[in-house]
Amino acid sequence: MALDRWIALIILLICLAYGYAAFFTMDQLLPPFMQRNPIWPSTFPKLIAIFGALTAMAILLGLEKSDDDGPKAGEINYRRLTDYKIGQAISLLALMVAYALLLRPGGFLLATVGFLVGGSLILGERKYPRLILVALIATGVVWYLVQQVLGIFLSPWPAFLR
Amino acid sequence: MLEGIMIGLGTAFSLTNILMVIGGCLIGTFIGMLPGLGPMSIIAIMIPVAISIGDPSAALILLAGVYYGAIFGGSTSSILINAPGVASTVATSFDGYPMARQGKAGKALTIAAISSFCGGTIGAILLMIFAPMLASVALLFHSAEYFALMVVGLSAIAAFAGTGQVAKAVLMTLLGLMMATVGEGALFNMPRFTMGIMDLQSGIGFITLAMAMFALPEAIYLVLDPSRSKTGGSNEIKDLRITRGEARSIAPVIGRQSIQGFLIGVLPGAGATIASFLGYAVERNLATKEEQKEFGKGSVKGLAAPESANNAACTGSFVPLLTLGIPGSGTTAILLGALIALNVTPGPRLMLDDPQIFWAVIVSMYLGNLILLILNLPLIPYIAKVLAVPRNFLIPFILFFTMMGAYIGQNNATELLLLVGFGICATILRFADYPLAPLLIGFILGGMLENNFARSMQLYDGISFIWERPMTLGLLVLAVVLVLLPSYRARRARARASGVADGD
Repeated sequence: MALDRWIALIILLICLAYGYAAFFTMDQLLPPFMQRNPIWPSTFPKLIAIFGALTAMAILLGLEKSDDDGPKAGEINYRRLTDYKIGQAISLLALMVAYALLLRPGGFLLATVGFLVGGSLILGERKYPRLILVALIATGVVWYLVQQVLGIFLSPWPAFLR
Repeated sequence: MLEGIMIGLGTAFSLTNILMVIGGCLIGTFIGMLPGLGPMSIIAIMIPVAISIGDPSAALILLAGVYYGAIFGGSTSSILINAPGVASTVATSFDGYPMARQGKAGKALTIAAISSFCGGTIGAILLMIFAPMLASVALLFHSAEYFALMVVGLSAIAAFAGTGQVAKAVLMTLLGLMMATVGEGALFNMPRFTMGIMDLQSGIGFITLAMAMFALPEAIYLVLDPSRSKTGGSNEIKDLRITRGEARSIAPVIGRQSIQGFLIGVLPGAGATIASFLGYAVERNLATKEEQKEFGKGSVKGLAAPESANNAACTGSFVPLLTLGIPGSGTTAILLGALIALNVTPGPRLMLDDPQIFWAVIVSMYLGNLILLILNLPLIPYIAKVLAVPRNFLIPFILFFTMMGAYIGQNNATELLLLVGFGICATILRFADYPLAPLLIGFILGGMLENNFARSMQLYDGISFIWERPMTLGLLVLAVVLVLLPSYRARRARARASGVADGD
């Protein structure tokens, strides 16, 4: 089964779970005065769940013939994923997760310099002085713009220095 | 009307007001380029500055300048790094980004600047002529028609956005609608589908989702396949000039889309986002067969259409604001707040009580557009230099800016985890050739769609509004036709192909 039909199957399951939540769990929470309303919070989700499940079934059963002429030039062929630099991509995503978790406790400046340096290292940059200088300047400029010019608070230092 | 224009010219052409327009356009362009900060947030940030000016005309002129600047800045980031910070520039990235990848970033930015200029200027002329008339037309649209109009918009997008696979596009639209129902709806005051997670109570952030659908998969693709970033030849920014043939092909597009965009912008709730997507879809349908193949791969028409439509729609959205006091979009709602803080009440009386404000805003629109063009055309080679940054530095920065965009809006680190999660899902969907734009559009329109649906249900006490209002019924039938027509056409074409070879 091709990837697009696997995805259709997953979306079908999501629609069913969503529909179950809309049809069977939401209406009991409704206060009595709202039950006289012609529209309930679950009305619209019920409709989407039905339509979504039907469309996902249509794709899953292949009702709409797609003129699949193989992988297009310039797009990535997922069947040969290992030919690409998948290690780099996964490490970068892991780095993003680390950044998300470190941003609050580690402070903006530390986390950002770490992210920019780490990202370039993963991609294979080896000119360390330039790398660190660029990361430091960029972090400083962005922090100054966001904090001082726009006035949006970003805590600069790690939690224990606050 | 002539008298009004004279009043407007007199007010707008004072030294302070011209400085306001220039300053506003510059601030808007540069902040708008940061993905994640759209016109709405920039105007919100500028309100304290504007109020401290004191003079309502000057303040409104400043904010209008910021508005245009931000929209142009948003187009630059969608063209250069495929990171549309604003919903209304998502359609710009469909063709603008492929052009930039072919090494035509300079040309793409020039076309964007010129189409925006024309869209804005034509919009301003129309605003001047039709403001009072169009205000009464907009009143004919009830919530039932808005609901139907949005269904038409969504099905048009689903029918035209897919790579010939309508079912996939429809499914993505529905998924977007589902995601829009997460969190508290405006009409019900109860959390839905949050799975007990507090951070989902306020819904999924639009910017987070936009970044995850467009910027992140693109960055991952760049990492996976290093040859992608080389195809640009991006070190030289050449062919800034548009050839005569290109100018001739985009001129009618700009003309049509400026008018259509303006009309859509006038309807409250529709605004620049729908105008740009509908403009893209309409132009794609009108184009010849060969040109249609270009769409999505760097077509000049596909870039000019959403750019002129969204600027014309921004101008159009001032019509309900200034004549009825009803803000048509989030941005104009913030402007309305600023006006009230300045002791000006927009509404039908505005033109009688404070004509200088009304006309000064209109004249400042011409001025703002002109100044944007003058400022931006010489700056384009420098803006496009962004692409010459080496890959090892560019990719971490793109990732960093997408995360900043998602973080600044909500100040919530969970948003970043959502960004990564959705980004991975989006990349997998893109592997399987599922179009991602319909998902985002479904998400953006989902809230409005449900609210209008709920309102008409309450007004008619059931779904009878569908057959009792002919315009609603007509629009809904149109939506069904739009979805079913492509697959019917494909089926017929296949039937013909499998049969006897055609004589002609």
